[in-house]
Amino acid sequence: MPDLGLDVLFKGKNMLRLLGGLWVAVRISLISVALSIPLGILLGIVMTFKNPITKTVTRIYLEFIRIMPQLVLLFIVFFSSTRTLGWDISGELASVIVFTAWGTAEMGDLVRGALISIPKHQYESASALALSPSQTYFYIIIPQTVRRLIPLSINLVTRMIKTTSLILMIGVVEVLKVAQQIIEANRMSSPNAAFGIYLVVLIMYFMICWPISMLARYLEKKWR
Amino acid sequence: MRNLRKIAAVILAIAMVFALAACGSGGGAASTDTAADNADTSAKYRTLDEIKADGEINIGVFSDKNPFGYVDENGEYQGYDVYFANRIGEDLGVKVNFVSTEAANRIEYLQTGKVDVILANFTVTPERAEEVDFALPYMNVALGVVSPDSRVITSLDELTADDEVIVISGTTAETYLTENNPEIKLQKYDTYANAKNALENGNAAAWANDNTEVIAYALQNPGYTVGIPTLGSNDTIAPAVTKGNDTLLKWLNDEIVALGQENFFHTDYEETLVGTYGTEYEESLVVESGNVAK
Repeated sequence: MPDLGLDVLFKGKNMLRLLGGLWVAVRISLISVALSIPLGILLGIVMTFKNPITKTVTRIYLEFIRIMPQLVLLFIVFFSSTRTLGWDISGELASVIVFTAWGTAEMGDLVRGALISIPKHQYESASALALSPSQTYFYIIIPQTVRRLIPLSINLVTRMIKTTSLILMIGVVEVLKVAQQIIEANRMSSPNAAFGIYLVVLIMYFMICWPISMLARYLEKKWR
Repeated sequence: MRNLRKIAAVILAIAMVFALAACGSGGGAASTDTAADNADTSAKYRTLDEIKADGEINIGVFSDKNPFGYVDENGEYQGYDVYFANRIGEDLGVKVNFVSTEAANRIEYLQTGKVDVILANFTVTPERAEEVDFALPYMNVALGVVSPDSRVITSLDELTADDEVIVISGTTAETYLTENNPEIKLQKYDTYANAKNALENGNAAAWANDNTEVIAYALQNPGYTVGIPTLGSNDTIAPAVTKGNDTLLKWLNDEIVALGQENFFHTDYEETLVGTYGTEYEESLVVESGNVAK
């Protein structure tokens, strides 16, 4: 077994600090996911409207968020909001805002895609049965949409968790930053620690994302 | 029945969003008011008196650059820059909040007033001086060249036409040698580890890098000597404040001059850097009272 420098994990509070950093990353992504799923569903429904104004506005929003790298969005919200508006928001709040905006946009597009993939005859059959448009949505369209959405939205959730590694750039000390701190603090005494610590971080990300994927698989089967 | 539950979930989710949005706008309105007040005074920084009144100072440091600014195993900030930061807090009589900064966002932090002072191994350059205000320097940095004991290179003139010099791509060492000594053949590596291996395998006559790096390397690896401890322009490291924050800048300059009386930065060096760089380079690295030896 090569020396992975794992002993540095057991120095002082290092392991606790790493777990604390993981919790910061998970907390920010969970709050963002909890906000962006309902907001994204609303946005997706609005995006299917035939109204040219809502179409243009939602399109611009989606493309703006999607084209901008997340790091740029983080810098805009964290630094530029202070520069131009004088708001002094914390790094964590800025992260939640950016991830929610991003998640809402992506989720909206997924919902839109899922909605328009429902064959037209479903709507027509529903109205032939004298269901009102809202009844059609709640009883016919949304249940079918939700099932199609699960794999796509889980993909988005795990992507959001992994993208939290960017928030160290706005001063939020999350798991990756703690890992770098531990590696650097022990640069002289355990030069091999980089490998071991990054391996532990990899396992941590895996342990968070894997159950989410399993849950998705389970739901997909159950709601078939 | 299953569908009903799903509908309930959707309705609940939507209700939650509106509830949260309501909370958000309530809080938002309050913060906008204070923001407007700040905007009136166009203050993107806190003056010395404001910092004292608030009872705390925000200092941006590296959290992963041992031994200048790093976090130890108990989660405490440590290092040469941090030692100085703690003294600033003590002499101002305020609490120090450390903010973890990256090389790429140090200027942004100052310009938005999210930190009052940057003490993150910040090298003074004319380009940076247009964006922020530097106080008096407290450390020297230059390039250095390390070579094996069997043939110590003490001057670049000793290099023959066959000799090659190792550099890490994108460092100041590469830029400097390319500009000033284009006749020297360079071996470029992307990482510190690769450059180290190349030197140890005898691929080249010497390795040029930041002098702090080569000094630390020679100390840890017997059989190698820093033949040229300072090469090229001697740069300095200094605290930086938001451009225009004159009260804080003046206080910092006075503080650095006063600390020179007690040889504070020598003590700092001995507390934090001696393990990495040894005592031999103390005089060439440390700057007291902002007096840079020319």
